[in-house]
Amino acid sequence: MITGLYRAGNSRLHRAGAGRKLLALILGGTLLLAISSLPLAALGLLIALALYGLAGFGPRVLWTQLRPIVFVLAVLFLAQLWLATPAEAVLVVLRFAALVLAAGLVTLTTRTSDLVAAIERGLSPLSRFGLDVAKVSLAISLAIRFIPAIGQIAGEVREAQLARGRRPSPLTLVVPVIVRLLKMADEITDAIDARS
Amino acid sequence: MAGPDGRAVISCTGVRLDRGERTVLSDLDLTLSERRIGVIGANGSGKSSFARLLNGLLLPSRGNVTVDGLDTRKDAKGVRRKVGFLFQNPDNQIVYPTVGEDLAFGLKGRKLPKAEIAARVEATLQRFSLDGFGDRLVHELSGGERQMVALAGVMILDPDWLVLDEPTTLLDRRNTRRIMAAIEALDQNVILVTHDLRLLESFDRVVVFEAGRVIADAAPAEAIPAYLRLVE
Ligand SMILES: Nc1ncnc2c1ncn2[C@@H]1O[C@H](COP(=O)(O)OP(=O)(O)OP(=O)(O)O)[C@@H](O)[C@H]1O
Ligand SMILES: [Mg+2]
Repeated sequence: MITGLYRAGNSRLHRAGAGRKLLALILGGTLLLAISSLPLAALGLLIALALYGLAGFGPRVLWTQLRPIVFVLAVLFLAQLWLATPAEAVLVVLRFAALVLAAGLVTLTTRTSDLVAAIERGLSPLSRFGLDVAKVSLAISLAIRFIPAIGQIAGEVREAQLARGRRPSPLTLVVPVIVRLLKMADEITDAIDARS
Repeated sequence: MAGPDGRAVISCTGVRLDRGERTVLSDLDLTLSERRIGVIGANGSGKSSFARLLNGLLLPSRGNVTVDGLDTRKDAKGVRRKVGFLFQNPDNQIVYPTVGEDLAFGLKGRKLPKAEIAARVEATLQRFSLDGFGDRLVHELSGGERQMVALAGVMILDPDWLVLDEPTTLLDRRNTRRIMAAIEALDQNVILVTHDLRLLESFDRVVVFEAGRVIADAAPAEAIPAYLRLVE
């Protein structure tokens, strides 16, 4: 859901305050999880889809949001089909897809800095209890910034192993990817220090 | 801009640096005040370690490093404000997803008003030929564009010195020229670590490292041949 990142635009959703969008997401998400009616869950998904239209995003953007979770959705669906009823399987998929799309829409229409500022405001009461809100918000922006990089590193390591005639498995990927990530984290720390 | 004696100067006196078990720099006594200083040397000779001493990312195990009179050990924060640092890999220096937000990052830490931040970001985008890049996603830029963003992110903080550790190693010739042109246009004092000796021909001074020591320190016409004799 974070793969979308911000896409500049001038729709009403783009202009809406980050805090309001986050709040709406939290409320909508809670509601979606609280109800167990199929038609209502379908309505939730329809609303999410309509909001994409309102924000000026076409099917391509929608697909980039859904593609990473298609596999998860399929697994969820089959598991529910096996463990529960077909109706519940459909419900779970509708809910999950609507949630991911809605969360994606918030990141698509909100600058990371605005999102982070809103979270910072929301957390600021906790600073009285010793929470370093500035650090938390830096951590959040770093996470958003570097998630695409993790995918890229995993891709590079995979290709390097393929090029040397090995079939990459999750097991052979994990260690080199983590080593690269730690090295990267080291350099990012230096760069942040140098710029602060 | 200048030290107590009215001059911008970085000095290393009696510096030794240990990293882990090993001594990676020793007997370092340098006074740096030229506008354009190059640093060269073989892999592992200690150039990056030296560069990191200059802004307090590393602290000397012996001796002192001072920047315009500020000791890196005593006033790391003051030193970092004076010395901007550009690393080899722009990916690991850019902390926000979009260009404009990243440029604002350092300024926000300085608690400037929002309007001033926005104005300085806009001016810096223009200055580094990044007009219209404010909303672009960093991970969708080319390597050359990213390094320009990283440079802009450092220069927006208006340091007196700029230390660069192989900033063009990942770039093609054209982007190398672009970055170098941007660097040459700076008023600041520049210390450039590089393996690309051509970049240093017009510099005022070149320091050559070998196994953690300075083995030549002169104008490029003299220092570069000394280095080449050493490695060839
Ligand atoms: N984090 C570290 N911990 C311990 N030793 C290190 C560390 N980083 C570098 N060294 C060692 O310090 C010495 C100098 O390294 P440094 O990175 O300063 O060299 P360099 O001249 O920048 O090399 P290059 O041209 O390859 O970038 C090397 O022997 C290296 O193995
Ligand atoms: Mg180096």
